[in-house]
Amino acid sequence: MNFLSRIVLITALGCTASYGLASEIKGDEKAIAIAKERKARDTGWGANEAKVLMLLKNSQGKEATRKLEVKSLEVKDDGDKALTVFESPRDVKGTAFLSFSHALEADEQWIFLPALKRVKRISSQSKSGPFVGSEFAFEDMTSYEVEKFSYTFLGEEEVNGEACFVLKQVPEYDFSGYSYQKVWIDKSHYRVQKVEFFDRKESLLKTLYLSDYKQYKNKFWRPMKSLMRNVQTKKSTSLITEELTFDTDLQESDFDKNRLKRVR
Amino acid sequence: MSHTPSSAPVAIRFPVITLILVLVVTAISLIGAQNLYFRGDYKVFFEPDDPQRLAFEEMQNIFNKSENVAFMVVPSDGQVLKPSTLMLVNELTEAAWQLPLSTRVESISNYQNTFDDEGDLIVEDLITAEKLSKEAIANIAQVLSRSPEVYGRLISRTTDVTVIDTTIQLPDGDQTQQVIEIAEAAKQIKSHFESKYPDHDIYLNGMVIMNDAFAVAAQQDAETLIPLMFLLIFIAIALIVKSLWAAIFTLVVVIFSVAITVGLTGWLGVYLSTATVNAPTMISTLAVADCIHIIVGAKYYLNQGLANKDAIKKSVEVNKKPIFITSITTAIGFVMLNFSAVPVLSHLGNMTAVGVMLACVFSLTVLPSLLTLRPLKPSVSVNNSVFSTWATLVNRNHRTLLPISLLVIVVISLFATNNVLNDVAVKYFDERSSFRQAVEVNEEKLGGMSNIDFVIYTDQSYGVTDPGFLKQIEEFSKWLRARSEVNHVLTFTDTLKRLNRNMNGDDQNFNVIPADGELASQYLLLYEMSLPFGLDLGNQIDIDKSALRIIALTENLGSRDITTLEREAKDYFASLSDDYRIEAASPPLMFAHIGERNMKNMVWGSVFALVLISILILFALRSIKLGGISLITNLLPAAIGFGVWGIISGEINMALSVVISMTMGIIVDDTVHFLTKYQTAREHGSSARESVVYAFETVGMALTTTTIVLTIGFAVLASSSFVLNAHMGMLTIIIIVAALIVDFIFLPALLAWLEDTKTAQKES
Repeated sequence: MNFLSRIVLITALGCTASYGLASEIKGDEKAIAIAKERKARDTGWGANEAKVLMLLKNSQGKEATRKLEVKSLEVKDDGDKALTVFESPRDVKGTAFLSFSHALEADEQWIFLPALKRVKRISSQSKSGPFVGSEFAFEDMTSYEVEKFSYTFLGEEEVNGEACFVLKQVPEYDFSGYSYQKVWIDKSHYRVQKVEFFDRKESLLKTLYLSDYKQYKNKFWRPMKSLMRNVQTKKSTSLITEELTFDTDLQESDFDKNRLKRVR
Repeated sequence: MSHTPSSAPVAIRFPVITLILVLVVTAISLIGAQNLYFRGDYKVFFEPDDPQRLAFEEMQNIFNKSENVAFMVVPSDGQVLKPSTLMLVNELTEAAWQLPLSTRVESISNYQNTFDDEGDLIVEDLITAEKLSKEAIANIAQVLSRSPEVYGRLISRTTDVTVIDTTIQLPDGDQTQQVIEIAEAAKQIKSHFESKYPDHDIYLNGMVIMNDAFAVAAQQDAETLIPLMFLLIFIAIALIVKSLWAAIFTLVVVIFSVAITVGLTGWLGVYLSTATVNAPTMISTLAVADCIHIIVGAKYYLNQGLANKDAIKKSVEVNKKPIFITSITTAIGFVMLNFSAVPVLSHLGNMTAVGVMLACVFSLTVLPSLLTLRPLKPSVSVNNSVFSTWATLVNRNHRTLLPISLLVIVVISLFATNNVLNDVAVKYFDERSSFRQAVEVNEEKLGGMSNIDFVIYTDQSYGVTDPGFLKQIEEFSKWLRARSEVNHVLTFTDTLKRLNRNMNGDDQNFNVIPADGELASQYLLLYEMSLPFGLDLGNQIDIDKSALRIIALTENLGSRDITTLEREAKDYFASLSDDYRIEAASPPLMFAHIGERNMKNMVWGSVFALVLISILILFALRSIKLGGISLITNLLPAAIGFGVWGIISGEINMALSVVISMTMGIIVDDTVHFLTKYQTAREHGSSARESVVYAFETVGMALTTTTIVLTIGFAVLASSSFVLNAHMGMLTIIIIVAALIVDFIFLPALLAWLEDTKTAQKES
């Protein structure tokens, strides 16, 4: 599972566009073109490593934090691979989570529990559950693939001082927790500025605000801060990228379930 | 009213102007009515700083809210575990997500079944449409029986009913509109599935539906009781004074009083509730009593040969003081409801007090004006001979009547000790309410829907996975389960045990709490990662894993039983160790505690009412002796009333705690009238016995008539489908009737006996 792709890796300047299932994408032409451009600009980044701070707040302002280390590997024509290692809280330190995300099927997931000293494969269709008690669902965090949605162009609007396209995207995955999402993509770099998530009864559930975009490798834009607010429960979660390095020596073999035990 | 005694009051001299003035005042007041709104949520019964409400709200802030709509599916063949019913559950689970403001849907169908498959951990919905073969259903049955989180909660242990539970996130503040919309949507889902799956009944309950039931009850009361009230008043007046116009005029006074009261309530920004929706019924009842005095008086003087205007004037003059005193005492009794711990009962008291004073003013102004414009016809005078006969009878037999009546009163009053405080909110609705019907079916099939939520605070991050803590929670859960009144316990320890088993190849030997805290934490992390939207553990574990909520489902316990369970559970938990802090809260606990607090407060309210009313009576009668007698005769009816209640019911809810204060002001009327007349006769040199006869002759009829009218009025209230209102009406009737009986038997006998002892003392 590419942890940060929805959040951190959402946008970028791309070199190689993904053609895979392009002909089957549903929606209006303009919207599809924007979606493809968004993906195209975020293709070719290869791999990266990030240190992330997760800050959870409930409606009363009570806080909890989690620290994670995330390694991501871009996979062409499929969802990305991600390896997440928990640094804190203390009790779960060293827990490693490996996921291969897929656009229209269940993700493949393995977990290494240091206290059990065993790697377990988890088989679950759900991508809609909260990630470690945060307001981010799994599906909010997996890599963006054009095939995941069908699209409608809704108009243009300014967000964070950027002129944006507004798209409506309906999940194609049967087990998604959302009826649809509204996405604001800026015209200048095709970066996502804001997302609204609508639950199954089509009520607004959450709003995601992305900010502090930084450019890497002269091409790829990454938000250093993502704030997800649940408008129904008034809870919120911030994801803060503390460190992000591209061009690491990560390889396909680093994302092998058999090596999970030795990730640390 | 006039300040120059010689001329007639303004209302009689300028009837049209008076009426226009009152109409203008009414119209201005009514503008305020547009500010009125109705609140149907159960929190209207609690002050914002009510300790149990605060505890519950704190819990709701820490964990996800637990307002809910529950669909209870009852297949007619008594078997849930068959393809058709499971399909229904599956589809209904999906449909429930469409309820407005829903945040979570739980059923046996989306229960996240976890198991080991050759080393892989499988997490999946227990029931899917594709897997309904015989073997699959047998497997489902087996899984359910081994899943303590749902067994006995989402499906009955005999698998004859199943529940789809939807959590609703209601906004803060007034929620009535949302509640009505949600309930409406739930009813549509219910009827859709009942017609799609013919052999199934679906019942709706849960807190949201209960809130809706409050609104429905109020609406029914407003739609049926208030018109019924008006109709009955009309008939009663027409029969008693034998005049159609008198009945119409009385209605006009009633309508003015009610309209202005309701309008003022709106101006003051007070909301309406299931309790206050019946304020008009009470005001009408009390207003009618005032009008009867004036009309009967006017007719009396017409019969005496006076001209219309003079007859009205004389009637107003004679009745001014008693009507004023009665109204004031009644208003005082109602204002004392402000002592109540229940906000809506205070509202009811204030509204009625205002209405009563308005009725007092209007019966002395509007009514005479109307009577001037449309004169009454003289008719046959009322036959008072029955009352004088009765008086003579009492006088002659007072030596036997006094001890016997005293004995009867004491014996009946002793039954008052049978009464127990009991507030069970789900039983506030009578059998006519569809909510109550669902409550009954739930009670029969699942054993009840009350709950106590226990929150245990460790005050440290990830404290809930500490083995020592988990062990204590396990012990505590066991203790709760061993209680006969507890039907189900939802505890995180069950989930952990299951995961430990799953992670160790489904080996039953691992169905225990992991001995290692880190392992428990990692299981929790793993489990949380595999749950779908809306099924997270946020309802059981707080944000930094430092507090745990355990939910005990219980029988629909009465106040005493549920508070006992609460206390004993806390004591037991404390006996295990004092490392953790435990709190208990839930709406049933809020109701269980409110009765006691309300009673304590109302004791002071009643004492205060008694003191104020006594001062007024002393002032009116200007005699310490008669004041004392009146006090006794005003307290006895309440004692009798609660004694009778102890015989026929014995359950005191929050609304009954206020009845003493409420009725005290009303029944004072009887004694004040009686003793005033008695006093007048005595001052004219009559003996006590003669004076009793005189009092009976002059006010016997009026007292009987007002008692009848009040009884009719409160009988309308007693027919409310909302038990708080109905019981309040019933107990009030009992006390009012008891007051009349006391005044007709005990009081005259006492007066005669006092005279005897006095004479005896003088002779010796």
